[in-house]
Amino acid sequence: MNKPLRRVSIFCLVLVMALMVRANWVQAVKGHAYASNVHNQRVAYERYSHPRGNIIVGGKPITGSVEAHGKDSIPEYKYKRTYTDGPMYAPITGYSSQVFGSSRLETLEDPILSGTDDRLFFRNTLDELEGKERQGGSVVTTIDPAVQKAGWDALQGKKGAAVAIDPSTGKILGLVSFPSYDPSSIAGSGNESAKNWKSLNTTEKSLMQDRAMRELYFPGSTFKIVTAAAALENGLYTSADQKTDTPKNWTLPGTTTPLPNESEFEPCQNATLAVGLAVSCNTVFGKMGYDIDHKYGKGTILKEAEKFGFNQSNLDTPIAPSTSNFDKNMNDSQTALSSIGQFDTKATPLQMAMVAAAVANNGTLMKPYLVDKLQAANLSTVQQTQPQVYSHPLNAKNASVLQQMMEGVVNNPLGTGAAAKISGAEVGGKTGTAQNGLNNSGTPYAWFISYAKVNGNAKVAVAAVVTSSSTVRGDVAGGKLAAPVAKAMMEAAINK
Amino acid sequence: MSSFGIGRSITNTGATTTIQPQEAPNRRNTELFLLVFAVAIPVFAYANVGLAKNGALPGGMFAYGLGLGALAAVAHLLVRWRAPYADPIMLPVATLLNGLGLVIIWRLDNVKSLGAAGAPNQLMWSALGVIGFGLVVCLLRDHRVMQRYTYISMIVAVVLLAAPAFWPASAANFGAKIWIRVGGFSIQPGEFGKIVIVVFFAGYLMVKRDALALASRRMLGVYLPRGRDLGPILAVWAIAMLILVFENDLGTSLLFFGVFVVMLYVATERTSWVLCGLALTGVGVFGIAQISPHVQARITNWLHPMASVDAGKGVDQTAAALFSFGSGGIVGTGLGQGHSYLIGFAAKSDFILTTIGEELGLTGMMALFMLYALLVERGLRTAIASRDPFGKLLALGLSAVMALQVFVVAGGVTGLIPLTGMVLPFIAQGGSSVVTNWALVAILLRISHSARRPAPMPAPMDAQATQVVRRPDQPEPQPRAEPVPPTPAQPSPSPMPPTSEPGPTQTSPTSQPSQQPPRPQQAPPLPQQTPGQGQDQQGPYAEPRPPQQY
Repeated sequence: MNKPLRRVSIFCLVLVMALMVRANWVQAVKGHAYASNVHNQRVAYERYSHPRGNIIVGGKPITGSVEAHGKDSIPEYKYKRTYTDGPMYAPITGYSSQVFGSSRLETLEDPILSGTDDRLFFRNTLDELEGKERQGGSVVTTIDPAVQKAGWDALQGKKGAAVAIDPSTGKILGLVSFPSYDPSSIAGSGNESAKNWKSLNTTEKSLMQDRAMRELYFPGSTFKIVTAAAALENGLYTSADQKTDTPKNWTLPGTTTPLPNESEFEPCQNATLAVGLAVSCNTVFGKMGYDIDHKYGKGTILKEAEKFGFNQSNLDTPIAPSTSNFDKNMNDSQTALSSIGQFDTKATPLQMAMVAAAVANNGTLMKPYLVDKLQAANLSTVQQTQPQVYSHPLNAKNASVLQQMMEGVVNNPLGTGAAAKISGAEVGGKTGTAQNGLNNSGTPYAWFISYAKVNGNAKVAVAAVVTSSSTVRGDVAGGKLAAPVAKAMMEAAINK
Repeated sequence: MSSFGIGRSITNTGATTTIQPQEAPNRRNTELFLLVFAVAIPVFAYANVGLAKNGALPGGMFAYGLGLGALAAVAHLLVRWRAPYADPIMLPVATLLNGLGLVIIWRLDNVKSLGAAGAPNQLMWSALGVIGFGLVVCLLRDHRVMQRYTYISMIVAVVLLAAPAFWPASAANFGAKIWIRVGGFSIQPGEFGKIVIVVFFAGYLMVKRDALALASRRMLGVYLPRGRDLGPILAVWAIAMLILVFENDLGTSLLFFGVFVVMLYVATERTSWVLCGLALTGVGVFGIAQISPHVQARITNWLHPMASVDAGKGVDQTAAALFSFGSGGIVGTGLGQGHSYLIGFAAKSDFILTTIGEELGLTGMMALFMLYALLVERGLRTAIASRDPFGKLLALGLSAVMALQVFVVAGGVTGLIPLTGMVLPFIAQGGSSVVTNWALVAILLRISHSARRPAPMPAPMDAQATQVVRRPDQPEPQPRAEPVPPTPAQPSPSPMPPTSEPGPTQTSPTSQPSQQPPRPQQAPPLPQQTPGQGQDQQGPYAEPRPPQQY
């Protein structure tokens, strides 16, 4: 019986060997994948076992890490995230929750914030040798707290968003979405956070929506800037005072539908570019869009729109905004409607702020960015963002023509944007009132995009959108609702 | 040369001359030395958990160390007293495994969500296990006694295995009906059944092995058993299937069937039985998978361990176990610093291996598997060394139980095979299991003692190379000057006066008388086997010599 016994011995060794191979596979080969799987609770435990680094606004942290001590937190989590002015900064910081994951900068810059970034490796190793606790680095944002606060205050009681950009660098100075939520309320792992998370995800779902970068609206009349830019760039018109070829009543090509203006008393017939923009003539810009595509080939406006950032998904601020849309392959009437920001043209507030910024910056569009630099725990800079040119939608001459036109909107007695006037600064703007819903059944979107220059230097470009407010319907106009928001943010930026 | 002339009356002279009886080392001091480590390592582990959890040495550390040390000392002294020639490695390995198990359970007791503390109970059961170990070592003077109870064992085993199926179901059964509950205690009779059924298999196969081995038909190059000889294997297979169907216990049924097939193979030396076993296993598992949603779920889970995670339905046990192993990595988090308790249910029993994997890492897992390998291989070594077929089969069966159980549970938890609910021997929480495994080791030690024990020393021999052994049924040879008459088969030297040669020469006959002194009092004692085991009536100094091999 010894021969089979020896074989059985070998068989038993093979069984043990199989277990060992399997253990190596699970723990060594696949170990890291299992250990870092997002569903592995240990990942979160580890993430909150050290104080996270902070997100900095205006030199001050707007986040914090406190020892949880079991308060709205299960004992496995040592630290809990806190936020200062959480709702106001929520579109920027996002949330970092013990159990509900994270979003926005908390996710995108997590390697720095949690201190696991490879660039912190050397320092971490030193700390470990010295027996110090691992510390996360900080994320310094481009946000100007005054601008952010001004926008936040101005949007109170309304529903909407506002974005402010420094036209010369692309720094995002303000990113406001209202109403908002407090990320602190869902930071823990206790019952309270669970309750808040549930309600945020059911009844108050829209609170977590970032309207400034992640929601697409019809840009309405604000898009006329892009149409005007296309006309100037292609040479259809060359100066602000040049009369446009506009009939009194213009019917959308290929249809019997007339394109109406705000009122038939508007001085739109053969209006100059400046007047057309000041009073926001649909006929002027609808026909202009149609003329451009007819004269310079189909897709000419599309090309200009894409220079401003429409249809481009390559923006990372590092938060990636939703892609604004300008349709390709449209017929004549659709092109005309799109040229005044209707049909299927959609834009984020960030996109429209970029349009204003490009005009203000003499035709050069700077790539918008939100993170100025990443710092190690000892404040040494790990990475510094350099301003980058995104595109050149306009040449300088045409940009100055367009500036003249936009300043007319604010300064012309007939202009729709008088509410944005700021003494001591040259303000250019454009109002917009976009239809919303079938047959305009929803509350229209009130837009205002603008820039402010001081002594010829572009200081700030803003886009504000208000989608509903207590103001009576029909009275909704960009100039009345959105312009004050933009003005508040511009003032805050100028007075810095 | 001359010894061959003595004739056939001495069958094993060659072996006697080549193996010199000598004082066999009893290795008890080796065992003691190893036991010191087997006790010290868990004590250090215990201190490690306390330091990691509370930053201080745990209060119960010395009591625990003393307790474990006392158990080990008692076991060691009993072995030293009653089974001094037993294998020196098995007891330390068992002690180390049991000690580590206690530490891991105590470490998991620190997690409130896992329910009541398990370590005190486990310590009590471990003590009972060592008492059982001692009883077996002291009372089981000769393992062959168990052979008498072959068929009683069969009945007992069936009762033990079937009992839970008829016991009133309890809410706390979690799918498998393998417990019976009396008052506050719950026991798993199937655990005790493991030893009992191996006794039955060993006794049965010892008697039937020739019939099962020799009556076969050759087909396609292999010897296939006759139809009517398939009876036993089919019966065991049917029982395994019934366990599976009525108790939903895939692990136990695989274990029993696997052990039976292995023992059948060794008893008959016929590979065909292994093929039959594999075929029946395949048929059984496939058939059951068709009808049992429980087994189906287990198989699906095995094939797609991350399915529920990827589907966003949360982390199920298989995925949680993999997360645990993966998070442990190569060196582990350190005892007391992992999160293996996230598995929740059964963290101290079926899934206790995950705690070892996470907190001791791959390194700890390798060490653990090595310990089990050592235990199993020492058991199999005992089987090889054992001189009687019953002892061989018994030692084999018990070792195979251990090996298969470790493979089934560790393979299941690591995802090598579908998950089946079983306890990791000595480590996992479970009183029945600890007691059973201690008894199992005790029986192996008894067999090992019998196998390694030297025969009583013969009186000092002369300078002669040969020794005469008297066969019991032969008359005592008388001293005489004449050479022993040769057998016809022995060619030379012939003691008969050769016709062609002139008288006695200077060859052996003259010297022979002095080489064969009558020493009846020096004849070795009779072999200890009970009468009736013809094939094992070899000399006491002989190596085990199964007839098929030589």
